[in-house]
Amino acid sequence: MAKELLKGNVAIAEAAIRAGCQAYFGYPITPQTELLEHMSKRMPELGRTFLQAESEVAAVNMVYGAASAGVRVMTSSSSPGISLMQEGLSYIAGSEVPAVFVDVMRGGPGLGNIQPSQSDYNQVTKTAGHGDYRPIVLAPSTIQEAIDLMVLSFDLAEKYRTIVFMVLDGAIGQMMEPAELPPMRELPTERPSWALTGKGNRDKNIVTSIRLGAQPLADFNDILQEKLAVIEKNELRYDELYTDDAELVIVAYGTAARVAHTAVKHLREENIPVGLFRPITLWPFPYQQLGELADRVSTFLSVEMNAGQMIHDVRESVGRQAEIEFLGRPGGIIPLPEEIEEKVRDMWRQKNLAAQIN
Amino acid sequence: METSIIIAGFGGQGVLFAGQLLTYAGMDQGQHVTWIPSYGPEMRGGTANCTVIISDEEIGAPTVARPDVAIVLNLPSFEKYEPLVKPGGVLIVNTSLVSEQSERTDITIVEVPANQIAKDFGSAKMANMAALGALLAKRPLFSLDDLLQTLHDHLPKRKHHLLEANKLVLQHGYEVGMGTAVPA
Repeated sequence: MAKELLKGNVAIAEAAIRAGCQAYFGYPITPQTELLEHMSKRMPELGRTFLQAESEVAAVNMVYGAASAGVRVMTSSSSPGISLMQEGLSYIAGSEVPAVFVDVMRGGPGLGNIQPSQSDYNQVTKTAGHGDYRPIVLAPSTIQEAIDLMVLSFDLAEKYRTIVFMVLDGAIGQMMEPAELPPMRELPTERPSWALTGKGNRDKNIVTSIRLGAQPLADFNDILQEKLAVIEKNELRYDELYTDDAELVIVAYGTAARVAHTAVKHLREENIPVGLFRPITLWPFPYQQLGELADRVSTFLSVEMNAGQMIHDVRESVGRQAEIEFLGRPGGIIPLPEEIEEKVRDMWRQKNLAAQIN
Repeated sequence: METSIIIAGFGGQGVLFAGQLLTYAGMDQGQHVTWIPSYGPEMRGGTANCTVIISDEEIGAPTVARPDVAIVLNLPSFEKYEPLVKPGGVLIVNTSLVSEQSERTDITIVEVPANQIAKDFGSAKMANMAALGALLAKRPLFSLDDLLQTLHDHLPKRKHHLLEANKLVLQHGYEVGMGTAVPA
């Protein structure tokens, strides 16, 4: 298939359809609405389910229901909508059913605004609801990557019977870039063996998040933690640019990583040995890989479109010895390459100055 | 080589489409391209703008502080972007709606009566095309023929009856940019 000029939100919706999404439930919210809009047109065309719920709370519970029945299902929203879905997310996690969520993040807190932001990092990577669990969180930085990760989201959700979040900021949702869509996948002909499909002659299936006894719930938590450990081992994804000989490394994802990429290119022209480390999975976070980088790099800069959320994971990765600085733009502002360049030049000067004094 | 272009004007002036046309043309020429609209509160004030980047390398940041080219179709856009064009850059001004003049000497300025040209060929809605024509005269990102081909290839079929008029407006805008235009 040839490359087409695609808008992020539309590309994601179409990629989900081609990945075999059978049901979509959602509620409109900027800057994600084109995704829902595309679904509203395409899903009925294909004889699949599209339903605009009366709220995000209803939408997430419809997702829970469809997932429990073994249907390949997703929803999408933006930050305040994702906040409303927290209870349902936790129930889905407690029931171990696969479900895919897309969060096109906007500025917060509160109703905030509709501009691009990475304000939900903590919310989606740390739990995304009450209780001990973590969704897999994928963060694309181009429209092609958003398409590819959308397809992967369904595969991972089903493989681990878990929640997969794809998070992007409004800029990737709204922008257009040439990209190639995958071929249309055939829909599964059978439901998974654990799904609620009407008992018939088989053994009873139970999908629930209620485990009233303390010990049964503790046991379930152990199983969940074991599963998370497997995901942590198998599903790490990240990208590196010029880190081989870097003495200073920028850590960034999504649109912030694109801006950092431009800055790194410019700074390399000035012979400043700077590299870019880009987590693609925000959970599992590449703690170990970033930590190994810290064995030979002592200076890091976390660039985020928020007031400093991923920086704590960067700190945990690189240890107390490394120096970490932060450049962030909360409130829906995309940082400029020039800001990052200025910051890195300053850090590079300080680093050289310190080396001279020592 | 990377060129950043901001196109700005009132909603309804075809700002977003003009940007998409440049983006398609860049893509058709095998270049890397990005297009990003402003979709924030400024939209609610009736102005619209988009940023297009055309590059022979992978594109990082999709937005810029200072563009190489600004096409300003109304006065608020002139006021906002005229000071921001990079030295050595190009400013295309729609003089049908912008009465102010730029005093900058470090950029190339092309004054195009875009609404008037478009109206002369049938509809003021084609003002965006007059401005694009003028841009190609000063910054040949691709040839006028290539852009016309792109317009033909990507304009929805149901709008193909407008191709001929759009072509004439583009051509005339181009001649204004070249300084060879005779009044229509």
